[in-house]
Amino acid sequence: MKYQPVIGLEVHVQLKTDTKIFCGCSTQFGAEPNSQTCPVCLGLPGALPVLNKKVVEFAIKAGLSTNCSITPRSIFARKNYFYPDLPKGYQISQFEDPICQRGWLDIPVEGQENKRIGITRIHMEEDAGKLVHGELSGPGDGSGVDLNRACTPLLEVVSEPDLRSSDEAVIYLKQLHQIVTWLGICDGNMEEGSFRCDANVSVMPVGSDTLGTRAEIKNVNSFKFVKQAIEYEIQRQIDLIEDGGTIVQETRLFDPNSGTTRSMRSKEEAHDYRYFPDPDLVPLVISNEWVERSRQKLPELPGQRQQRFIDDLGLPRYDAEVLTASRALADYFEAGVAAGGNAKAVGNWIMGEITRALNDRGTSIETCPVTPVQLAQLLKLIDTGTISGKIAKTVFDEMWQSGKAPQTIVEEQGLLQVSDISAIESIINDIMAANAGQVEEYRGGKEKVFGFFVGQVMKASKGKANPTVVNELLLNKLKG
Amino acid sequence: MNIFDMTIHELHAALKGKQISSREATVAMLDRIETIEPQVGSFITVTSEQALTAAKSADERIARGECHLLTGIPMAIKDIFLTEGIRTTCGSRILNNFIPPYSASSWEKLRDRGAVLLGKLNQDEFAMGSSNESSAFGITRNPWDTTCIPGGSSGGSAAAVAARQAIATLGTDTGGSIRQPASHCGCVGLKPTYGRVSRYGVIAYASSLDQVGPLTRDVADCAAMLEAIAGHDPRDSTSVNTAVPDYTATLKGGVKGLKIGLPKEYYIEGLDPDVQRAMDAAIETYRRLGAEFVDISLPHTDYAVATYYLIATAEASSNLARYDGVRFGHRAEADGLLDMYAKSRSEGFGTEVKRRIMLGTYALSSGYYDAYYVKAQKVRTLIMNDFIAAFADVDVLLTPVAPTPAFKIGEKINDPLQMYLSDIFTIPVNLAGTCAMSLPAGFSASGLPIGLQLIGKPFGEETVLRAGYAFEQATEWHLRKAAI
Ligand SMILES: [Zn+2]
Repeated sequence: MKYQPVIGLEVHVQLKTDTKIFCGCSTQFGAEPNSQTCPVCLGLPGALPVLNKKVVEFAIKAGLSTNCSITPRSIFARKNYFYPDLPKGYQISQFEDPICQRGWLDIPVEGQENKRIGITRIHMEEDAGKLVHGELSGPGDGSGVDLNRACTPLLEVVSEPDLRSSDEAVIYLKQLHQIVTWLGICDGNMEEGSFRCDANVSVMPVGSDTLGTRAEIKNVNSFKFVKQAIEYEIQRQIDLIEDGGTIVQETRLFDPNSGTTRSMRSKEEAHDYRYFPDPDLVPLVISNEWVERSRQKLPELPGQRQQRFIDDLGLPRYDAEVLTASRALADYFEAGVAAGGNAKAVGNWIMGEITRALNDRGTSIETCPVTPVQLAQLLKLIDTGTISGKIAKTVFDEMWQSGKAPQTIVEEQGLLQVSDISAIESIINDIMAANAGQVEEYRGGKEKVFGFFVGQVMKASKGKANPTVVNELLLNKLKG
Repeated sequence: MNIFDMTIHELHAALKGKQISSREATVAMLDRIETIEPQVGSFITVTSEQALTAAKSADERIARGECHLLTGIPMAIKDIFLTEGIRTTCGSRILNNFIPPYSASSWEKLRDRGAVLLGKLNQDEFAMGSSNESSAFGITRNPWDTTCIPGGSSGGSAAAVAARQAIATLGTDTGGSIRQPASHCGCVGLKPTYGRVSRYGVIAYASSLDQVGPLTRDVADCAAMLEAIAGHDPRDSTSVNTAVPDYTATLKGGVKGLKIGLPKEYYIEGLDPDVQRAMDAAIETYRRLGAEFVDISLPHTDYAVATYYLIATAEASSNLARYDGVRFGHRAEADGLLDMYAKSRSEGFGTEVKRRIMLGTYALSSGYYDAYYVKAQKVRTLIMNDFIAAFADVDVLLTPVAPTPAFKIGEKINDPLQMYLSDIFTIPVNLAGTCAMSLPAGFSASGLPIGLQLIGKPFGEETVLRAGYAFEQATEWHLRKAAI
C-alpha cells in the first residue's frame, strides 16, 4: 500500500526584545547563570507579571505577515505543570483566544503552483529556564537551574496539518524563518534555540481522508534535523502499520546523533495542563487602529520584494531569491542599485565577490566594510574601461582592507587600465622576441599557444593592459 | 491615656506636638506586645530592632518638620505581605524560613510615609480559613474572650488592633478575611474595590479576589490608611489607574438622603438573634440620621459560597504550585525530583491548604473544567450583575458581616462546611469585586463584638467611609475596649 504523510509544525520563535515578556530583565544570551532575574521571573511569592508591549507589537507583525486575523480581545492562560525549570509551577501562555488566528503562507512547490499552508494560530508565551547538569561547582552531583531564559518572550506558530512531505515542511519552515528574521523580531539562531520546531507526523493510505494517529516529535532544531526526523518518523509509522502494528498517540524525542525518534511519553502519561485564564493579567485589547498602524509600518516582505526585483529591475528569479535571503542583503543590493550600479552587475558582485569575502571572514552583510555606494563606484570604473574586471577584484580586496574609495586606490596604485596601442605593441614585441620558438609553433598551426602570449602580456603589464586591445594586436602580430 | 490605646490621629497629634516621640510610642507598643502576646498570639514575628531603628528615623523626620499623618505610627502587618529582609511565612511551614528580597507595594507606601513596623501578624495558612486556627505558628485568640477565635484569615491583624498591640494593621481579604475578623474583634476593617490597592508583593491566595485593606480603631484612621495604600501600581496589571480621592475630606458629609439597601437574602432565618438586634439598632440609627432604606434583592446570593470555593481554590491550586522546594522555602530530604516535590509539599502545607489545592486542581481538571470552573465564572457574573442592579437604586448596602459572633476555638475546625458558611455575607462582595467595610455595631449577650457591613459601589469607598463615620459619630461601640 502507498502512504500519504501528513505533517503539521509547531514553531517556537524567540522574540528579540531587549527585556523579558513579563518583567524588565534583560534577554541577553549567555550571561552568568541567574544574573538576569528578578522576583517576577524567579517566581517569588507575591510577584506579578506585567506584559511587555513590544512583545504584542512583534506578535501583531508576525500575524499580519502570515495573513492572520488579530484577535481584538485575547487572553493569557496558565499552563500548569511541575518542573524545576518552571519557577511558578505554571507557564503563562495563551490557550483560548490567542493573539493571531487563521493565517497562511504560500510555499513554492517544485513543478506546481504555490501551495497554501494554513496557520491555525500564533500565541505569545514565556519561555522556561534551563537545567544545568553536572557542571556545578558545589558539593554533590546535583543539577542546577539557570533562570536567565525564564520569562523570555516566545511566539508559538502552529500550522494546520497541510504539509505532505519532509521537503514541504522544510520549505515552510525556511519561509517562516525568513519572515521572522526579516521582520527583525527574531534573530533566527537555531543553535541557540531562538527558532525551534516540534513536528506532528502521521501517515494515512493514499486516497484516504481519515487522518492517522499522530506522533509529536520534539527537539528538532535545524532544517536538516527537521527533514531527518520527519523522514525517519514517516518510515517508522509505515513499517509499524505494514507489520500489523498500530500507531499510538505519543510524544517522541528526536535524537540528532542517531537520526531516530524515541518515545518520550504516551497519551496516557500526557500532562493535564489545567489551562485557565491567568487572573494576574487583564484581557489584552487590541484596537483596529493599533492593527492598522502596525500594518502600515510593516516592511515590504521577502516575497513582495523578490517580485519587484524581477519585475522592475529585470533580475532572474534565482538572483531575486538569493538577494532577498535577508532583509539586510536586499537593502544592500538596493542601495547599490540606487547609487547607480547596474542591477545585474551589482547582484553578481554581491552573490560572487562579496558573499565569498563575507564567508571567508565569517561575517555578515551588516558589517561589510565595502559600502553599497563604493561597490557602485567600482562597477562604474569597470563600465567606463578605467580598470579591467580582473584589476577590479584587486581593487575590491584593497577596499575591503582599507575602506578607501575605489577611485583613490586605482590612482594611488597606478592600476589604470592601459589601452594605449603603442605601449601594448612594445610589450608584445619584446615577448615575441623572447619566445621565438612559441611564435614558430603558433605559425605552424598550434593555435593553443595564443593563450600563452595573452598571459605573458597581461603579466608584463601587471594586469593593466586592456584585454580587448591585447587580443586584437597579438592576433595581428602573430599572424605576421 | 495609654499610648497603646490611641488612634492614628491621636498619636499623630501627640507626635506632631512633640509630647511623645515615635521612639516612646514604639517602646510602649513593644512592651504591650510582650505583655499581651502570651494571651493573644497575634504575632508570628516581632521586629523590635527594626522598629526602634524606624522610630529613630521617624523622629528625625518629625524634627525636620516632615510629619505625615502616618510618620512614626507603630503598625503591624499580616505575614502575607513580603518584607525585605524580614521573614515572611504566610502562616505556613513551607515558608518557615523565607526571607524575601523585596517588599510589598502596600507596605512600601506605609514605610515611605514613616510608619514603624512592629512585626508580622498571625493568619490562617495562606489566608485560607475563617478562624486563624490553620496557622502553622499557633492559634490567635480573641482579645474579648480568649476562648474564642478572632476570625480569619487576618485574625492576627484584627486581634492586634483589639488588644492594642498595634495602632493600625494591614490585612488581606479574599472572601471576608478583613471584615469577618474585624467584626469579631470589634474594629474597623475595609476591603477596598478590587484593583484599588496593589497586590504586588502580597502572597497570592486567589488572585482575582485578593485585596489589601486596613484594620483600625475607627473610621477616620481607616480612611487615612486607605489613602496611603491606594493607587495605581505599574507592577500590578490588575491595579486600576484612577485617582485616589481625599477620603478624609469627605468623611463628615453625613448620610442625609443616603439610600441604603437591605438585601433580603442577608436577613435570614437562623441569623444569630444578637446579630439581628444589632442590625435593627443600626438601621434605626441611620434612619434617625436621615438615611432612607430600600428593600432590595441579590437573588444569586445562595450560590456565592459554592462559586467562591471553586474559583478561589482553582486559582490557589495554581498560585501555590511555586512552593515546590526547588528555589526557596521548605525542602524535604528525598530520593529524586518527584519524591522531593511530594514530600516537601506534604510536610510544608497544612490540612486546609491541601484540601483547597485538591479541590482547585479537581475543578480545573480536563473533563471537569466546564462543569465547575467555567460554570462558577458564569455564576460569578450573575452575582456581579445582582450588585450592579442593586446599586442602580441605592448608594450602599447594610448587612451583617457574619451570621454569628465569634465562635469557640475548636468549634468548627473539623467541620469545613460550617466554617465556610461563616463567610456567606462577605464572599459575594469579593466575587463582585466591589468594596465593603465592617465596623463595630454592638455586642452579644456574652460580650462579643458584632460588626455591621456597609457594601459600596465599585470605587465607592468614599461613600462607605462617610456612612461609617456618621454611624460611628452617633454610637459608642468603637470606643469600647477589650478588657485584656
Ligand atoms: Zn525578571
